[in-house]
Amino acid sequence: MRPAAAISYTHVTKNFDRVVAVDDVSLDIAEGEFVAIVGSSGSGKTTLLRLTNRLIEMDGGTISVEGEDIGAVDPVALRRRIGYVFQSGGLFPHLSVADNIGITPKLLGVPAPEITARVDELLELVRLDRGAHRDRLPEALSGGQRQRIGVARALAARPRIVLMDEPFGALDPLTRDALGEDFRELHRKLGLTTVMITHDMTEAILLADRIAVMRGGKLLAQGTPAELARSDDAYVLELLRTPRRQVERLNTLLPRGGGA
Amino acid sequence: MSLLTDPRWGEALAHLPDYLGNHVRVSLAALALGLVVSLPLAILTRNRPAPRGVLLALASIVQTVPGLALLALFYPLLLAAASVTLAWFGVSFSAFGFLPAMLALALYSMLPVLRNGITGLNGIDPALLEAAKGVGMTPRQSLLMVELPLALPVMMAGVRTAAVWVIGTATLSTPIGQTSLGNYIFAGLQTQNWVFVLFGCFASALLALAVDQLLGLIEGGLRDRSRLRTALGGLGLAALVAATLVPSMGRSSSRYVVGAKTFAEQYVLSALMRDRLEAADLSATTRSGLGSSVIFEALKAGDIDLYVDYSGTLWANQLHRTDIKPRAELLSELKTALAKDNITVLGELGFENAYALVMPRKRAEALGIHSIADLAARASTMSIAGDYEFFSRPEWAALQQAYGLSFRAQRQMQPDFMYAAVASGEVDVVAGYTSDGLIAKYDLVTLDDPRHAIPPYDAILLLAPKRAGDERLQAALKPLLGKIDITTMREANLRASGNDANSSPDAVAKWLWGKMGKQ
Repeated sequence: MRPAAAISYTHVTKNFDRVVAVDDVSLDIAEGEFVAIVGSSGSGKTTLLRLTNRLIEMDGGTISVEGEDIGAVDPVALRRRIGYVFQSGGLFPHLSVADNIGITPKLLGVPAPEITARVDELLELVRLDRGAHRDRLPEALSGGQRQRIGVARALAARPRIVLMDEPFGALDPLTRDALGEDFRELHRKLGLTTVMITHDMTEAILLADRIAVMRGGKLLAQGTPAELARSDDAYVLELLRTPRRQVERLNTLLPRGGGA
Repeated sequence: MSLLTDPRWGEALAHLPDYLGNHVRVSLAALALGLVVSLPLAILTRNRPAPRGVLLALASIVQTVPGLALLALFYPLLLAAASVTLAWFGVSFSAFGFLPAMLALALYSMLPVLRNGITGLNGIDPALLEAAKGVGMTPRQSLLMVELPLALPVMMAGVRTAAVWVIGTATLSTPIGQTSLGNYIFAGLQTQNWVFVLFGCFASALLALAVDQLLGLIEGGLRDRSRLRTALGGLGLAALVAATLVPSMGRSSSRYVVGAKTFAEQYVLSALMRDRLEAADLSATTRSGLGSSVIFEALKAGDIDLYVDYSGTLWANQLHRTDIKPRAELLSELKTALAKDNITVLGELGFENAYALVMPRKRAEALGIHSIADLAARASTMSIAGDYEFFSRPEWAALQQAYGLSFRAQRQMQPDFMYAAVASGEVDVVAGYTSDGLIAKYDLVTLDDPRHAIPPYDAILLLAPKRAGDERLQAALKPLLGKIDITTMREANLRASGNDANSSPDAVAKWLWGKMGKQ
């Protein structure tokens, strides 16, 4: 057992109209850890994430965040202190980039000049040119830029925990790679605890410290990539085979040193 | 004389500040009220399908009620409400003009605002609603910062539709006493003044078009997030409202309001009375095109100060009497009855405007028809036309009973078109008015009423309760009493039914006064 769990799921259950979406899941996420939850669609991974900041309410079990039972915390206050990166950005189309990024500090009542300074700092942090992007509307940005804004918005109120719902799924491979690396770096630099949802085992292995595999609402296995490789679950092993096969094929198709 | 140089354009233009100002005022108030009621309803029911369905169904039903009927319904409704508040709280309000018009129009404006409001709010991407929740917004913040701004362009489109509907329908508020651009249309239709009809149509169409374009500019600005276009549209709208309201606000409101019903004779007489009051230095204005029952209630409530009615009409409609009395007896009984409501019968003008059955002279002679009794024998093969109220009036029932009248068909018509219709053989008989000049023009004949089924219809000048002791007013009107004989009134009515520059009510009223002076 790790000493300080940032997020702790204990026997968490959630049903949608008698369909069990999350089935008795228990999982501890340590402070500073980067955990990826991997599973196909319908595995319950997104539901588990949404339960964490009470976007939806669970039917059984408990979740505690930084030691507090979230059932006893005001959900609005809870959401303001947890960063959340939405699947395709979830940016408000009628607000400028700066207003999108500054929304949570604004809700928290941070004075306007402070928000302005914070927005500039965040634009720099997510490697966007502030002169070029600050006052634009989201529709004028590329998918990758929008997702960078989404990350900046999640970080604006200086959360210690960030939840990410398939943040890089809809991006082209190059952008996706760059953004993943950049975020991993931010996670380290800011000392965040990150939970990321993905269906892509390769992405999970490359970015996360630890991987949790879900299927049919159940947590099948969890551990470092190396620990997972020792699992005896057929599905987990199958998930791990895909990136390995890709690597082997890449090695034959693309001779080492080529293109570097 | 060419249409373009017709002096009636100038006359129409002179009324514009008053008519347009009032039109904009009532439309604006109705739209504001409609928005204030509909928007919260749209917001409250956005996540509740059941009440939302009921609300939309109700609004749709309102929309199917013809505008004129909806406006007309609000008058008795408010009248009843006013008497209830008077009985319970000792306060009353005017059920005439602005209030019923505004309420009916506000109700009319609700459907597009509700429908677009609900559509706009429900059409928001659920992912954005979750994002709003996820960044830490309360439901209220989500509504104000995300849902309403995103739904605004769709909502504005609804407001735009509502505005056009309200501006168009407001022209129908004239009969319940609200001055509007409809005054041109109603007056023009009644007195065959097509210049007025055209002017009224153009003015209201232009107003609707201008408002539609400006709201469209705002809508587009909101949709494309262009502050410039939104601001331009807003400024244009504010300028339009200011330009139409300010000129009419500067005018001192007239002290005396002269009422007129919906036919040419009434327009002429109200203009005549207004001229007399002004000649005596009493500021006066006319409120014309009022429905028959609206005008009497308006007088009783003091919303208008004076108007001319006909003894037989009041006898039947207000006293609900079905018996017929000789002229003088009926008049004196009527005076006593009206005195109970504190209404003063100042006196008779001198002529009678009775209902009469009318047919072409040649046809009547050929068929040997001189009286209604003669007609009754042939009625079953004939058709009859009357004005919109005739066939539901007690006089018609009395006629049918007294003579055993039964026609093959009966039709309702605009009064001024009836005579042409009977002259051309479109119908066989019409229920016309004895004072109408068109009877002579078309060579028609009025049939005798040997059984006296139709009561006498002396034109009498009525004063509102609050004017009972107003000696200056009464002195100014006295010269009119007993001075207008049937021949003069017929000629005046014939002039008013013409379609030329001398046929406007104002011009005919001046001619009538000149004629009376020579007698």
